[in-house]
Amino acid sequence: MQASSVEISKVNKFYGPFHALKDVDLSIPPGKVTCLIGPSGSGKSTLLRCINFLEEYDSGEVRIDGKLMGYDAPGRKMSGKKLRQMRRGVGMVFQQFNLWPHMTALQNVAEGLIRVRGLPKSEAEARATDALRKVGLADKTGNHPARLSGGQQQRVAIARAIAMEPQLMLFDEPTSALDPELVGEVLNVMKTLASEGMTMVVVTHEMGFAAHVADQVAFMEKGELVAVDSPQGIFHAPKDERIWNFLRTYRERNAF
Amino acid sequence: MDLVSQYGPALLRGFGITVICWILGTIFGMALGLVIALIQRYAPRPVRWLIQIYIEVIRGTPFLVQLFVLYYGGPLIGLRLDALPAGLLGLTIYGSPYFAEIFRSGFRAVAHGQIEAARAIGMTEPTIIRRILLPLGLVSALPALVNFSIILTKETVILSIITVPELMYQVSRMSAETFRYVEANLVLALFFWALVETISRLGRRLEARITQHLIERT
Repeated sequence: MQASSVEISKVNKFYGPFHALKDVDLSIPPGKVTCLIGPSGSGKSTLLRCINFLEEYDSGEVRIDGKLMGYDAPGRKMSGKKLRQMRRGVGMVFQQFNLWPHMTALQNVAEGLIRVRGLPKSEAEARATDALRKVGLADKTGNHPARLSGGQQQRVAIARAIAMEPQLMLFDEPTSALDPELVGEVLNVMKTLASEGMTMVVVTHEMGFAAHVADQVAFMEKGELVAVDSPQGIFHAPKDERIWNFLRTYRERNAF
Repeated sequence: MDLVSQYGPALLRGFGITVICWILGTIFGMALGLVIALIQRYAPRPVRWLIQIYIEVIRGTPFLVQLFVLYYGGPLIGLRLDALPAGLLGLTIYGSPYFAEIFRSGFRAVAHGQIEAARAIGMTEPTIIRRILLPLGLVSALPALVNFSIILTKETVILSIITVPELMYQVSRMSAETFRYVEANLVLALFFWALVETISRLGRRLEARITQHLIERT
């Protein structure tokens, strides 16, 4: 599998007067799992969405394999065609799954292969079936999203992304909308992907996943990237008080 | 009994023309409304303003007045239409802003995330419209579309004033010639009730059919 790297440097994002991302620098190595953690509203999702330009950053650079994302030059947005070309290599999984409810699981996965990659329907469906098998849903290909559990829907969404053969996968709180008993099945699929050497950027509140699967963990607060470190470093020897506080709150909430 | 044999055929013919006016007026009005809604969603601001003015003017004036202007005022600018085409054009124009607003709210009901998911895999905007926005937007819009189509059935009676020989026209003629106002208008009411009932039943069936996969069943 080809795996992309991402270089984020001095990225700023404003919503009106609100400074959502402040000079963020982050280096995402190829074939590794990077987890973004931090309190709600800290800018993790915004940063993630800047990587595939669903969110337009205002200054700084996001480079995927050296290629500037979203702009031809600073301040000059790239054409829609070029943007679509770059997005093809980047898969994205959303908190709310965002499956297309009028299509079956198979059609959801095949749609991009047919409409974007231009594959003939039969081949697209064969590949879609493979992708669904990979996420453990070979028996659900004919189901519409309304007939799937949240965990199954999210796995279809992962299949939809990996069927496009991306070199980079973005996960935006993939388990936050799930009932607790369904979180595991989604995390397992993600672990498999990670073990295959996919570059993954994961915004998550699952500290266990971050601790055990991530190669590096980035902590954000109030639009600032406070620290990037190994999971060991972040969770067991945090160098910043803000990380310490965040983890303490997390532990208190999850203690029983 | 005499009345039936004398006026029955004309009334039936009138009803036929009413149904045709309604079907074509609805189809053309919906088509124009859809185009307007898409322009409103995607066109640059000055174009959207012009369209908004069109919407306000058409919605702000009675159909009767629009029809008079079109049929009697049209020839002054070289638009000379027979009664029936003028009536159809009038219905189309009259219905279009209402249909456009229905489509607009249907599009707004499509979750933004589903559009983003399509953008994230690199789909072009026209493909997103065709494959995601339209099918999902139409589902949300369907009840309101059926509702306005039903309202439109009853607007067709106004076409009688520009001498389109539809049901109202025939009923007026019968009333004027026989002074049987009650019978004539009862016929009118019965025909419309049958038409509206049929449309609303078809609408409900269609709705059940297209939403069968969208509703969570556990």
